[in-house]
Amino acid sequence: MPPDGRSASRVRTFPLIAPSVGVLLVWMIVPLAMTLWFSFRRYNLLNPMLTGFAGLNNYRFLIRDPALPAILITTVVIVLAILLITISAGVVLAVVFNSGFPGQGIARVLMISPFFVMPTVSALIWKNLLMHPVNGLFAGVMRGLGFTAIDWFGSWPLSSIIIIVSWEWLPFAFLILLTALQSLDEEQLEAARLDGAGSLAVFFFIQVPHMARAISVLVMMETIFLLGIFAEIYVTTAGGPGIATTNLPFLIYQRALLAFNVGSASAAGVIAIILANVMAALLIRTIARRLDV
Amino acid sequence: MNRFKTQLAGGIAWIIAILNFFPIFWMLLASFKSEVEAVQTPPLFFFHPTLANYRDIFALQDYAGYAFNSIAISVLATLLMLLVAVPAAFAMAFYPGRYTRDILLWMLSTKMLPAVGVLVPIYLLSRDLGLLDTRTALVIIDFLSNLPIAVWMLFTFFRETPKDIIEASRIDGAGVGQTILYVLLPLVAPGIASTALLSIILCWNEAFWSLNLTAHNAAPLTAFIASFSAPQGLFWARLSAASVLAIAPILVFGWISQRQLVRGLTFGAVK
Repeated sequence: MPPDGRSASRVRTFPLIAPSVGVLLVWMIVPLAMTLWFSFRRYNLLNPMLTGFAGLNNYRFLIRDPALPAILITTVVIVLAILLITISAGVVLAVVFNSGFPGQGIARVLMISPFFVMPTVSALIWKNLLMHPVNGLFAGVMRGLGFTAIDWFGSWPLSSIIIIVSWEWLPFAFLILLTALQSLDEEQLEAARLDGAGSLAVFFFIQVPHMARAISVLVMMETIFLLGIFAEIYVTTAGGPGIATTNLPFLIYQRALLAFNVGSASAAGVIAIILANVMAALLIRTIARRLDV
Repeated sequence: MNRFKTQLAGGIAWIIAILNFFPIFWMLLASFKSEVEAVQTPPLFFFHPTLANYRDIFALQDYAGYAFNSIAISVLATLLMLLVAVPAAFAMAFYPGRYTRDILLWMLSTKMLPAVGVLVPIYLLSRDLGLLDTRTALVIIDFLSNLPIAVWMLFTFFRETPKDIIEASRIDGAGVGQTILYVLLPLVAPGIASTALLSIILCWNEAFWSLNLTAHNAAPLTAFIASFSAPQGLFWARLSAASVLAIAPILVFGWISQRQLVRGLTFGAVK
């Protein structure tokens, strides 16, 4: 390339990159600015007379809402529980699947399939066909074994949601961890075994450390998706009983599209954005370190 | 000993894989049952299969309309996305400049904005623009929310294509258009195909915006299935049949693209 190649190529590439950057800029700034703006306004779709600057009132009402701590805890519990389940099970499964057994390809397809099932289907199949307290498969099996059937969504609503969403996200964790594990140098494993390392030692001192970066990427990606869990709650419990399964997204949905309180919903939206951004900043730093442009 | 361990691992893996797939299999079974058999206790494994449920969802519930919406939205959003993302990824991979890195990371950061944080403005904008319950709104949203993933995925594919080959074809007298058409495109086609596949999967399964912005006209399959959660929707066999049809094509796409998927969904951080 000639010495001035850099500036020449920048002129040439600008029209290629500009459309992507342009639409994303609009897509990011306009809604974000509107959310922020509304969060300081008095704005209720049912009451057009109510206008004007609300100051911090929307935030004040939100924070004083006695339900808010419970809702924030539910939001965080969903994220943490599913992270713990999917990643610990994913690590073990990745190691088991990495051993090269007959029919491995088909078994892997069976493992990852739930990830491609749309969330509304997963939620309804689990809610009805499997977890229904009378006609569900689990109830049938429990009774067949002589136990009383569990009323999943009545007695354990949050756990039920966590089980369903974990089933959806385990394949994602598994697939990424397996991919990471497959890049492990076979010779390194062989050397460790020759030095007398047992399976457990290999697992904890070689395989798990090798998956460390994949695990950290997983934690951040999943957190961002799981903070937004909505469809599964929408079709199974609708946030109930009471507020037992109401997380932040569902609260915003209720405020905005059921109560038409734009100001209050926007204030909750700002909180959701701040929560997600803490994770996002970490994720972007990790990915940036690996990006050698 | 080692052989025994492998067999043990294989056995465990197969048991877990089957258990993990079982809900999908159980749904497939239920879709061939009658409504009475579907809710029967103890659960029924052997029965006389019927296709009545599949007939019913086409005859009674306008399944084709919802499926058309899903197909139209996924395909249009994906095409639009490729149109914008391919040139950008191409430029950044082959002619990286001083700001390439910043642009890529910034694009990634737009994906981190939780959808629910902007539900209110998007809903109000759609309403004011007359786009509530239209396919247009969902096409635009799916296009924009998958664009960063697509640019990243294409970028990682393009970067693995040897740059020399382009130089060589230029020296041999090929024009820019010819170079792209005959040299570059065949090389990057697999990458573009798997990016398109991932995009279709994500659009097809998108539920948050579908549930909040559509009613009937533009409702895709995710929203149609959600309508079974209403009390009158306690038709398990029919729900199962509708679900099987809704997930079958995407399941196949997913199996095909599972390897490239990891790269796309982790922004190249895991390959």
